[in-house]
Amino acid sequence: MPTRLAVTGAAAVAHAMRQINPDVVAAYPITPQTPIVEYYAQFVADGLVDTVMVPVESEHSAMSAVVGSAAAGARTMTATAANGLALMFEVVYIAASMRLPIVMPIVNRALSGPINIHGDHSDAYSVRDAGWIQLFSENSQEAYDMTIIATKLAEREEVLTPAMVNLDGFITSHGVEGVDLLDDEVVRDFVGIWEPKYPLLDVDNPITHGPLDLFDYYFEHHRQQQEGLKNAYKALPEVFAEYEKISGRKYDFLDLYRMEDAEYVMIVLNSAASTAKYVVDELREQGIKAGLIKPWVFTPFPKKELLAALEGRKAIMVLDRAMSFGKEAPLYSLVKSALYEAKDRPMIGSYVYGLGGRDVTPAMLKVPFEDALKGDLDPNEERYLGLKE
Amino acid sequence: MPVNMKQLINLVEKEDWPFTQGHRLCPGCNAPMVAKWATMTAKALGYEPVVGAATGCLEVSTTIYPFTSWNVPYIHNAFENVAATITGAESAYRSLLNRGRIKTDKPIKFIAFGGDGGTYDIGLQSLSGAVERGHDFLYILYDNEGYMNTGNQRSGSTPPGADATTEPVGRKSTGKIQFKKNIVEIIGAHENVYAATAVTSDPFDFMAKVEKGLKHEGPAFIAVLAPCVRFWRIPESTGPQVTKLAMETKYWPVYEIDRGVYKITRKPRNFKPIEEYVNAVGRFRKALQHPEYKEMIEEMQRYVDTRWERLLKLEEVTKDLYLR
Repeated sequence: MPTRLAVTGAAAVAHAMRQINPDVVAAYPITPQTPIVEYYAQFVADGLVDTVMVPVESEHSAMSAVVGSAAAGARTMTATAANGLALMFEVVYIAASMRLPIVMPIVNRALSGPINIHGDHSDAYSVRDAGWIQLFSENSQEAYDMTIIATKLAEREEVLTPAMVNLDGFITSHGVEGVDLLDDEVVRDFVGIWEPKYPLLDVDNPITHGPLDLFDYYFEHHRQQQEGLKNAYKALPEVFAEYEKISGRKYDFLDLYRMEDAEYVMIVLNSAASTAKYVVDELREQGIKAGLIKPWVFTPFPKKELLAALEGRKAIMVLDRAMSFGKEAPLYSLVKSALYEAKDRPMIGSYVYGLGGRDVTPAMLKVPFEDALKGDLDPNEERYLGLKE
Repeated sequence: MPVNMKQLINLVEKEDWPFTQGHRLCPGCNAPMVAKWATMTAKALGYEPVVGAATGCLEVSTTIYPFTSWNVPYIHNAFENVAATITGAESAYRSLLNRGRIKTDKPIKFIAFGGDGGTYDIGLQSLSGAVERGHDFLYILYDNEGYMNTGNQRSGSTPPGADATTEPVGRKSTGKIQFKKNIVEIIGAHENVYAATAVTSDPFDFMAKVEKGLKHEGPAFIAVLAPCVRFWRIPESTGPQVTKLAMETKYWPVYEIDRGVYKITRKPRNFKPIEEYVNAVGRFRKALQHPEYKEMIEEMQRYVDTRWERLLKLEEVTKDLYLR
């Protein structure tokens, strides 16, 4: 019997991990990811799982141990946030290049400095080129579901790429809401047992992992990583469909909200989408054809799906919860690039919001729609929502 | 019963070399001896070694894709994290063993190799964390006293007076002024650990320590003085000879700290003055011509004498006082 629990997003993710029961979890605490590790440590301490937990001395060692463990052939997870992810950075790239299907929830938080422990997406964006699959979640339910989906996807033989599951710091990780859990056995059967092809611990067939890869092969291996992500793009709809069968919950590259006839479209990641949906509903009541797109999948970036969803609309407002200093905001630049091939290009505008956990209000999210309705969108101007000028 | 000649001969006759030919380390390099003796000892004792290596000479010269000199499972991750990486693999082993998913019935032993840069400096935190957590692994440091792989830069292990490109001897400076960081004491102070030093001139002492380390349930650490003939400016054939001199001049005492109990495993009958060692290693040549050379030698001599006295006393007072 599926269970409904009133839990935080961190607990929801920890429950997904408990049901997956990975062979090894190596992690270091960092706000606001800490409760995930704490809940999981308690599950281990209570004997609810038989995972070997490695309480390492830093995030750099967390990712390093996770690479050793996954290469050894164990299903391995960790979790992090912001500066923890930054400390891992070097090994985050190595994990992807070694094609290890590690799953890592990231509780999105502002990347110092100045130091700030609250939610934004500068951490996730900072590793967008590291070669990981990046899934995003609006709420605890989605964070739970995506953790299970990520495990299944990352381990597919043609994919073999690590995956990050993003959830917003404090808003999702610490906010309590109702979450439907699947049965433990259902999750266990869904993810199955990972059978790596070349585990380090196969002493009868010794393999050298992580060799020196000079100019004669490095390029080819990067090309293979690219294939892994292309294959992830192909596999995602299948994995989503399989997950729908066991959960009844439907996922896709993009969460399209009131998009059938929408003329004014907002694009935003993670939890702010809930507020944006509320704003869209309000505008719809006023007869304005508003809509919202929330990408569930950020890497591999669903360019084709976005183009199909955006072509012919009147205006697109892209919201980023981080800046890319000296350049266009990350999501905005990707959406803009996707629209290059559109025959009928809509107006487009870039909005930065909610940095360092600043509250995101409906009034704030109405502003881009108002600008669009006035025809006042400038593709080359970055605008700020709720900034004290 | 330490690993014996018969066991080693059996292994050699089987030609089951864990670390084999084709590597591109320099002629005369002492690192491959360390790698070969350690993995051979593990194999001869009936273990299956799984090896990790930090970025460094040993790694870049033995695993140039698509070639490898490792005939046992091997993993390289990055420079500063071999301890964390190998303990990740060790944790996986415990988990998979517990879940009945390990296919081999031979006991696996985890061995990590790191140079001095990856051990004394950038990798110290990762190593300390791994030792503190009590993972069952053997860490072997091949200490060539500098960043030899990138061209003779200073490390926390570089001795005073040794010419290094990032702390060279010059008109105003005698080069590095600090003595080597005492890595064995640092690791030994973790208390649950078997920590030892060794020299390439005495493979049997080294192999006996490898055996002890492998049999110790928990972390073990061996620091082997392993010259880089290129940057030490010594003839290719003299690496082990120089480490013997290092032992005989008290520059590199050969001892162990087994869970707090000190034991000097080689006590030379007649000691030689430190100056003999300094004269034998070309990387001190520039310092020899320095006006402050005499004071430097005197200070080094005082230091190594005091340390030796201290070791003798520690041996006496810690006898049978195992901490854990």
